[in-house]
Amino acid sequence: MIRPHRSHPLWIAYLLHRLSGLGLALFLPVHFHVLAFALNQPERLDGFLRFADNPLVKLAEFGLVFLLAVHVFGGLRLLALEFLPWSPRQKTLAASAVAAAFLVAGTFFLQAV
Amino acid sequence: MQEMDVSVWRGDANGGGLEHFKVPARDSQTILDVVAWIQQHADPTLSYRYACRVGMCGSCAMMVNGVPRWTCRTHVKTVLKDNAITIAPLRNLPVIKDLAADMDPFFDKWVAAGGVHHPTRTRDEPIEILDPKTPERVETDTGIECINCSVCYAACDTVSNNVDFLGPAALQRAWTLYLDPKDADPNAILDAVSGKGGCHNCHSQGSCTLHCPNGLNPMKAIAGLKRATVSSFFKGGR
Amino acid sequence: MLGLKLYMAQRLSAMVMIPLTLGHIAVMIYAIQGGLSAAEILGRTKGSVLWFLYYGLFVLSVSLHASIGLRVIVHETLGLKGRALEIFMWLSGLLLLAMGLRALVAVTL
Ligand code: FES
Repeated sequence: MIRPHRSHPLWIAYLLHRLSGLGLALFLPVHFHVLAFALNQPERLDGFLRFADNPLVKLAEFGLVFLLAVHVFGGLRLLALEFLPWSPRQKTLAASAVAAAFLVAGTFFLQAV
Repeated sequence: MQEMDVSVWRGDANGGGLEHFKVPARDSQTILDVVAWIQQHADPTLSYRYACRVGMCGSCAMMVNGVPRWTCRTHVKTVLKDNAITIAPLRNLPVIKDLAADMDPFFDKWVAAGGVHHPTRTRDEPIEILDPKTPERVETDTGIECINCSVCYAACDTVSNNVDFLGPAALQRAWTLYLDPKDADPNAILDAVSGKGGCHNCHSQGSCTLHCPNGLNPMKAIAGLKRATVSSFFKGGR
Repeated sequence: MLGLKLYMAQRLSAMVMIPLTLGHIAVMIYAIQGGLSAAEILGRTKGSVLWFLYYGLFVLSVSLHASIGLRVIVHETLGLKGRALEIFMWLSGLLLLAMGLRALVAVTL
């Protein structure tokens, strides 16, 4: 999939932004659906939250927070690329976005376990 | 004499495949030299395109080991892997025959992106004097050394995924014209790059900038167009 | 496939969501300490105008942003175009909006 003309940091950053965006768009309806339990079936919401105590689910949550954070920081980088005066440090900025996302998702995970 | 394994794509618009050749290795040998050797010594029916051989005309670009390159300025020793090279026609363009790609869609998009001059004066008036130190001119200078080789166009995945996308070279040309004080209608350029194939479709993958043989930065130029169209949007023009 | 207007909608909704998302993540990190319960979450959000406005704006922006993003992905990877692409974008946006508003009402009203 990573063909020779694509094997460089900014292309990988693009791929990460696209996959995280797609993942979040698919996750959102599920998220909304579970939250709506609060309206008429609060016991199902609690049941779901207990299920979320499972360590494997915690790991999946880490993944979701990482997707969210990497999409936000990656998006911030793209907004800066498009709207601020040009910076030649795009590769560094892309790497920093991924690092910041790991930091945020890692903090979440440590609080969750 | 040492020989290299060279795989060359042969075929036409209806399809084709790789053919293999043994080519003698030489010092200071370019990819274009390899292609020329095959055509002169192994198979005279091989079709390819070149003119200047010194990186000026932009006609010799091909895919070399999956990467778009100007072949006349690409040394074999920089790309040879396990004594083998694969050479194919440029990506994202129709093939005419063998290594010769049909450049028409590439140039049609230059025109579609507003890449035609809108004059401010007639031939009877004196030439307008430009100050080379204005910020606009300094920015323009970073984008005008394009040799129309289509390497960026072949490198761009947005071009492959979105048939309408004008592509890096045409948009960079539009950006330099937009900045040109001698262009009478910058708004026509902004309109041309704001359509369904315009600059807003770019995802800043940066393959254009990475592979440009002349070290230009179409990604930066496209970002400039995005900024210019956005400010014209807020001024209510678009 | 993406003209200036859709581009603006996507970039503006992104700018709105950056602070909202960072706040959302901060609240998650704070709230998850010691486990989550429905009562705890709803105790914070129910009847709060502030949370209603916060997540209301969030739901609006994300419906815009995600439907335009999905439009681009579906066009570039599946080749959907023309009327079908417009319909796809509107349907996915409206679906997200409806589900998001239902969740908003459930959690904050
Ligand atoms: S032959 Fe002219 S640029 Fe290569």
